[in-house]
Amino acid sequence: MSALLEVRDLRVCLPAGGGQAAAVDGVSFAVDRGGVLGIAGESGSGKTMTGLALLGLTPPTARVTGSARLGDVELVGLSGRALRDLRGARLAMVFQDPLTSLHPMLTVERQLTEHVRHHERVPRRVARERAAELLDAVRIPDPRRALRAYPHQFSGGMRQRIAIAMALAGRPEVLIADEPTTALDVTVQAGILRLLDRLRREHGLAMIVVTHDLGVLSALADDVAVFYAGRIVERGAREQVLGAPRHPYTRGLLDALPEGGRGGMQPIGGSAPALGEVPSGCPFHPRCPYAEEACPREHPPLAPVDDGRALSCHVDPFADDRVPVARR
Amino acid sequence: MNELRLEEVSVRYSRSDGAHVRAVDAVSLRLSAGRVLGLVGETGCGKSSIGRVAAGIVAPTSGRVLADGRPLEALGRRGRRREDLPLQMVFQDPFASLNPRRRVAAQLGDGLAAAGVRADDRPARARALLARVGLEPDSAGRYPHEFSGGQRQRIAIARVLAARPSIVVADEPISALDASAQAQIAGLLRGLVAEEGVGMMFISHDLSVVRHVADEVAVMYLGRIVERAPVEELWAAPRHPYTRALIGAIPRADGRGVLPDALGGEVPDPAAPPAGCHFRPRCPDAFERCPRRPALAAVSPATEVACFLHHDEVDEPAADGRSMRARHARA
Repeated sequence: MSALLEVRDLRVCLPAGGGQAAAVDGVSFAVDRGGVLGIAGESGSGKTMTGLALLGLTPPTARVTGSARLGDVELVGLSGRALRDLRGARLAMVFQDPLTSLHPMLTVERQLTEHVRHHERVPRRVARERAAELLDAVRIPDPRRALRAYPHQFSGGMRQRIAIAMALAGRPEVLIADEPTTALDVTVQAGILRLLDRLRREHGLAMIVVTHDLGVLSALADDVAVFYAGRIVERGAREQVLGAPRHPYTRGLLDALPEGGRGGMQPIGGSAPALGEVPSGCPFHPRCPYAEEACPREHPPLAPVDDGRALSCHVDPFADDRVPVARR
Repeated sequence: MNELRLEEVSVRYSRSDGAHVRAVDAVSLRLSAGRVLGLVGETGCGKSSIGRVAAGIVAPTSGRVLADGRPLEALGRRGRRREDLPLQMVFQDPFASLNPRRRVAAQLGDGLAAAGVRADDRPARARALLARVGLEPDSAGRYPHEFSGGQRQRIAIARVLAARPSIVVADEPISALDASAQAQIAGLLRGLVAEEGVGMMFISHDLSVVRHVADEVAVMYLGRIVERAPVEELWAAPRHPYTRALIGAIPRADGRGVLPDALGGEVPDPAAPPAGCHFRPRCPDAFERCPRRPALAAVSPATEVACFLHHDEVDEPAADGRSMRARHARA
C-alpha cells in the first residue's frame, strides 16, 4: 500500500541576495493514514516552509518544484480553485499562534459554522450542531456556551483547541501542525499533545508536526525527519532517531534539551546558516565536532544505513553507539 | 546591592470588567548576590508581576521591597534614575527592549551613558560588552534585525550589563528561542551570576529549564508561593502536588513515545480564586482539610510547602486582608 502523502525531492527557492536560494533543498518523506511525521530543526531550517509549500501558502516570490502527492492529487503546481477546494477539506494547518486562524471580532460560532458550511452544503442549524461537536471533540468544556464567546475570552490553550477544531471542520486527511504547543505552558502543552494523539488514533488523521522541540516529537511522532539548512540530515523511526541518534546534529539538538544527554543544556556551537549563506559540502560541518576532511568538500547524500534509517553524514561517528542519549 | 528582599508583597488591580484581581498575594522572597532564584508557574500565576515589582518597574499594592534593608521606590513618572540602575530586567522578546531603528552601539551607549561612562570610553566598552555576551565586537555597527533570536537576546543582555546591575530579573528570557540557543543563553546567564556575582530572578514556566539555571526555586500558583526549595531537592522530591504536576507535564525526548501527564482543568479566574487551597479543584490529592488555606510552612531546613499533606499549619486571610496563621487542631 502506498502512503497517504508522498513527498519527493521537494524544493522551495526564494529570492536572496540578488539570486535564488533554496529554503527547502530537495526533501523526501511519506506519511501514512493515522501516522505522525515529526519535522525537527532550528529556525531557518526549512521546516515551516515545507509545511507551507504543501498547502500552497509559500510567498508569491517562491518557486516550488518536486512532487507532493496526496492520494491521486499532485499538490505541487496546484493553483486557484483546485487548491482552495483542497485546503481545509483534505489538508489543514494549525499554527503556533492560534490567533493566526481566529478572527478576534467574530464569535466562535460564526467562525466555526462558516468553516463547516464552506466545506459542506448544510443548513445553518446543522452547521451549528456540527460546530458544537467539533468543540466537544477538542474537549472544550460546555461547547454551547463556548460557541457564543469570542476568542479573547479563552486561555491560550483553549484558543489552540478552537483553532484545531476549525482545522478539523472540513474533515481533512492530513493536519500540518507548526509549533502547535510552543507558546503554551508545559501543563497545557501536555493536554494538546494528548488531544492530537487521540485525533490520530480515533479518526485516523495523518499529521505532520513541525517543531524545534524534540520532546514534543518524542511524545507524538512515529517517524522523525531532522532538517538542517533546507535538507534532511537524518530520517527514521522515532525510537531510532531520538532514542539512538546517528547524525551529530540530531545528537546536538538532543543534548541541548534540559533533559538531554551529557547532563543536558549543552549548546551546539555557532548558529544555523542564513538563507543563501549555506556552507559548502555538508552544511553542518562548521559546527560539527566530528567533521573530517571530506565534510567541507562533498555533500553527503541522504542514504539508508544498516538499521534502516536514512542518514546524511560522511563520518557517522555514532554507528556503534547503541546507548540511548538520555541514559548516558 | 547585595540583597533584595520582597516582604509580604501583594499586587492588586482592577480589571476592565470591574473585577478586583489579586495577581500577587502576600509573597516574600529574597534575591542574593551570586545566586539565582527560579520562579516557576503557569501563565497568569503572578510570576511576571513579581518580576516587575522586584525590578522596581511597578510598586506593590502592599508589602515592602528592601534593597540592602532600605525601602525601594518604584519608577516615578520621570523614568529611571541613577539609583535604579542596579536593578535591570531581561524580557522574553528582545525586541521589547531594543529599538529596531538604532544601531547596537548606540543602544549600548545609552546604558553606558546612564551608568556614567564618559563618551570617549563608550565605544570600547560597548565592544567589550558584546564580546562578554559572545558576539563579534563588530556587531556594534549593525541593527537588531540583522541578528538571530538568540543573538538579539545576547544584545539585550549586553545592554543590561552596561548598567552594571547587581540584580537582574529575567522574565522567560529563553522560552522564545530554539533549543540550542536556549542552552547558549542559559549558560551565558549562569556565567554572569558565577563570574560577576549578579543576583538573578529567573522566571519561567518550564521547570526543566529552571533546574539548570537556578540555585533555589519558588513555585507559584494563582498569586501565592506553594513550594520553595533548593533546586535539586525540588526536582528529586517535589512535595506540592502542583510541583509534581509541573514535572510530570515535561515531555522527555528519549524516543520512547510516552505522552506527558496533563494537569486537568484550567487556572481559575484570579478575580475569584477557589476558597482554601487555590489548587484544590485541580488537585489529585485533595482531601477534607483543603477547603482551608494551608500556610507556606517549613518542612525541612531549606524547604517550605503550602500543603496539608505535609503539615497542619493554616493561613487564613483575616478581615483586614492580612493573614493570620494558626495550627489546625488535629482531629
